[in-house]
Amino acid sequence: MYGDHQFPGKLFIVEGIDGSGKSTQLSLLQQWLKREGYMVFFSEWNSSPLVKETTRRGKRKQMLTPTTFSILHATDLADRIERHIIPPLKAGAIVLADRYIYTAFARDTVRGVSPLWVRELYKTAVKPTLAFYFRVPLEVSLKRILSARAGLKYYEAGLDLGLSDDIEESFKLFQGMIREKYEGMVDEFGLQVIDATRSIEEQQNEVRAIVERELGDVPKRLMTDYEFRED
Amino acid sequence: MENRPHNHEFEFYGEGLPDVDLRELVGRLIVIEGADGVGRSTQVSMLKPWLESNGHAVLDTGMTRSALAGKGIKQAKAGITLGPISLTLFYATDFADRIENEMIPALRAGFIVLTDRYIYSLIARAIVRGLDPKWIKSVYGLALKPDAVFYLRTKVSDLIPRVLTSPTGFDYWESGMDIHLGDDLFDSFVEYQKRMLSVFDSMIDEYGFGVIDATQPIDAIYRNLQRQIGRLLRETL
Repeated sequence: MYGDHQFPGKLFIVEGIDGSGKSTQLSLLQQWLKREGYMVFFSEWNSSPLVKETTRRGKRKQMLTPTTFSILHATDLADRIERHIIPPLKAGAIVLADRYIYTAFARDTVRGVSPLWVRELYKTAVKPTLAFYFRVPLEVSLKRILSARAGLKYYEAGLDLGLSDDIEESFKLFQGMIREKYEGMVDEFGLQVIDATRSIEEQQNEVRAIVERELGDVPKRLMTDYEFRED
Repeated sequence: MENRPHNHEFEFYGEGLPDVDLRELVGRLIVIEGADGVGRSTQVSMLKPWLESNGHAVLDTGMTRSALAGKGIKQAKAGITLGPISLTLFYATDFADRIENEMIPALRAGFIVLTDRYIYSLIARAIVRGLDPKWIKSVYGLALKPDAVFYLRTKVSDLIPRVLTSPTGFDYWESGMDIHLGDDLFDSFVEYQKRMLSVFDSMIDEYGFGVIDATQPIDAIYRNLQRQIGRLLRETL
């Protein structure tokens, strides 16, 4: 459905509800790939400097609707893909992304945006080599996140949906709805499910084993064609 | 509300927007489209006071004027840092903010929304930049079908003197310099606008544009628009 690419590099992404431990796992994967000698690049959801200021303005003033929230995040990803994801993939590097299009599909449809439309919106996105989904029961993730977190933010807690006036209660309901959307996407997109209730080490071993199978033809250094040459 | 004729109800082009009850939209949506420098905004600035003097409340809007994304787009364009897909989606953000937060509330309140450009310019820009027409049209499935689209049609040769005599001259983006169509601003402008016009022309039937010959004098175009808009409002309001 999405842009299959012929680039020599690989794109691995992680998905899951807040508190599923996906970011921890991705950062451990990054350390390992670097140690193995691969060129590794990291891209984070909602981090394009170009779009960031607009997103910040919209969030601060709570002026985002489900639709503008959705397109703004698509703009952010498009900018990161054009700028930070495709060039390393062309150079034969490994790109790791914390959250990808599935985050948008889950969150935006919970907010009432048409599932069909949001899938169209992201149709230009590069298809990941593998998309890991860290599956965790809601109670476990909530315990992890609510004990560690200083304060929940307005959109993060889904307060814009009007599910509850209590921010923590709203967050719980919102996360539960997002989790259902993720579960529905496992088959649709062939997400690689990781049981995120196990120990960090067990999960990481499984992730590394799965990633390793995809690395056969990935060079351990940038390909010479792309190397910087002095004139 | 009972004055609203039964035959007037808005539709979306595609999937539409969440939480919009189309039956509540009692105003009218009128679009002025056409190339850069063809005189659209001149016409809008003449039509608005005319409509108001006839007792209609008017909202005029145009691209990159959204409270949300207008500033960001201008900053990004000033730095010439946008790729074609990001540029296209940033425009879509601006458009969505304006349709949800300006146009739809105004239509709900019974205003005449007079917009300088609509999705057609945005679709044309995306297509000229090599993006999939099907994709960009489905993204703009969130847009309302207007009551009328007036396309001010011209030739590239008529645009050139207008740009030459404008205070700002050739603009980087309006010349399509980001897609390298020519060696300098002039060549690139000619090629870019030629492609834009051919995409606009291909949309005439698809979207039912009312074509207005924009090579006529400003006054003649204005009278033509007054006549057609007047008729539209008499027949449907």
